[in-house]
Amino acid sequence: MDSAELLQFAIAGLKSGSIYALVALGFSLVYGSTGIINFAQGEFFMLGGMLSVFFRDAGMPLPVAGVSAIVVTGLVGLAFERFLLRPRRDAGPLVLIIITIGGSMVIKSLARHAFGGNELSLPMFSSGASVMVAGAAVERQALWMWGLTALAVVALTVVHARTRFGRAMRACSLSHDAARLMGIDTAKVVMVSFGLAAALGALGGFVVTPLTQTSFDVGARIGLKGFAGAILGGLGNPLGAVVGGLALGLLESLSIAFISSTYKDAISLVVLLAMLFIRPQGLLGRASREKV
Amino acid sequence: MSSDALLLVSGLHVGYGHVPVVRGVSLEVGTGEMVTLIGANGAGKSTLLKALAGLVRPSAGSVTLDGEDVTGAPPERLVRKGLALVPEGRMLFGPMTVAENLAVGAHTRRPRDPGVAEDRDRVCELFPVLAERADQSAATLSGGEQQMLAIGRALMSRPRILLLDEPSLGLAPRVIGAIFSALDRLRADGLGILLVEQDAKLALKHSDRGHVLRAGRIALGGSAEELIANDDVRLIYLGAWHGTE
Ligand SMILES: Nc1ncnc2c1ncn2[C@@H]1O[C@H](COP(=O)(O)OP(=O)(O)OP(=O)(O)O)[C@@H](O)[C@H]1O
Ligand SMILES: [Mg+2]
Repeated sequence: MDSAELLQFAIAGLKSGSIYALVALGFSLVYGSTGIINFAQGEFFMLGGMLSVFFRDAGMPLPVAGVSAIVVTGLVGLAFERFLLRPRRDAGPLVLIIITIGGSMVIKSLARHAFGGNELSLPMFSSGASVMVAGAAVERQALWMWGLTALAVVALTVVHARTRFGRAMRACSLSHDAARLMGIDTAKVVMVSFGLAAALGALGGFVVTPLTQTSFDVGARIGLKGFAGAILGGLGNPLGAVVGGLALGLLESLSIAFISSTYKDAISLVVLLAMLFIRPQGLLGRASREKV
Repeated sequence: MSSDALLLVSGLHVGYGHVPVVRGVSLEVGTGEMVTLIGANGAGKSTLLKALAGLVRPSAGSVTLDGEDVTGAPPERLVRKGLALVPEGRMLFGPMTVAENLAVGAHTRRPRDPGVAEDRDRVCELFPVLAERADQSAATLSGGEQQMLAIGRALMSRPRILLLDEPSLGLAPRVIGAIFSALDRLRADGLGILLVEQDAKLALKHSDRGHVLRAGRIALGGSAEELIANDDVRLIYLGAWHGTE
């Protein structure tokens, strides 16, 4: 295999990796503020793609359709927390996690009823031939995916590190009691983190649909990938989620290059199990969460 | 009891599930007054403070803050009403810097409120080491510095009443001295203080009044001098293994 071919595989890996990163970031945000795994995260990705198609078919220009899909999915995320999880928030993590699994099934079957069972697609964001980089072809849509993912990650990082609400989110992820003693409305922080996680997933669904098409049942697979990415990078660590998502995409793609495409989907399971056994805190995580 | 007290607790019952821990406590703290609560391990001191701060819901009784009934109010509302707790074990945000911990302490204030900067300066004047360590993460501070940060963080909400749960625990005498002289100054500025302390002698020396909590009930109360002179208190709480002298 020559270096251009290898580069081509790496580019493919970073394409799916950026989607995994967005979904992983959603897992990470929700885990950070609640300590639970939201198994509906993949369905938010699905809704992003399906709603974009729906809004575009209803006559909206593509960018407007995409933004609307992201906003509506974000609202679904808020409502998901407010009406499914909050009423049982004292029931303990296991009950809440099971609720997210049930919720994901509901979202999926509603989507099937609303949008049908077919594969749906969107046009590319910009037309034109692929860009050549060192002998490898990069589709224009890939540039959109990376650009928009990077934008979302940077925006989120700035909010997290610099703003009052970002500090409140970090405080919540360290201790709900301590955060409440500071006057932080932890219920609101939890709800907003679900909304943000849903919007990030929806962004992933919107940008990838022109390349891969979408349907009502794509959520579970992408959810698993995003979860593996989040574990790989270290749950609850936003930067880790991004690194983990990209690394998982690369691993998958290289496994196709060097082993066989048969094992592509198994990679994320292997990574998931290996990390849980060997390094549960993730690549970027600390051995245990620092608490004082 | 006078009804113009800043904090007025009456007949308060608190428990976990069906296990009663605090069983009918009444006490009050006025403006610029320091009141100490002493009691053996497990007497319910922390539970009482947690209930007053809103972290645990009382099952009966009432809490009045500045004339307003706040029984059962959540912490996020009580902070806004001027009550802050420095919790047992400090509960700092370890990975955040000292400056960020203080900023979170000011969460209830408007971001552009010039009073926030004033209060930060005031906290740094009370505990100068916090200014030196502003960009260091809280987890890397010494125990004494962490306690100072926990107090400073609570002050950033500009409370009128401050509850402290064993601020001297595990600290060197010199650091304890610095903390108590800071409390004296805050109190002189009108802050009401309710203090839970293992070191009863030290706490009473700095206080106006004190109460002894025994198995969830107030067993004894009075002026600090009376308590220090009381034989039971001397024997049980001011014994050689507790005192600093
Ligand atoms: N979260 C909880 N759930 C159940 N029981 C609790 C809880 N916290 C405290 N208790 C029980 O309540 C009783 C009083 O505890 P509390 O922490 O209020 O005592 P304390 O006076 O502060 O003791 P110490 O001096 O050791 O700090 C103890 O028997 C304790 O086991
Ligand atoms: Mg205690």
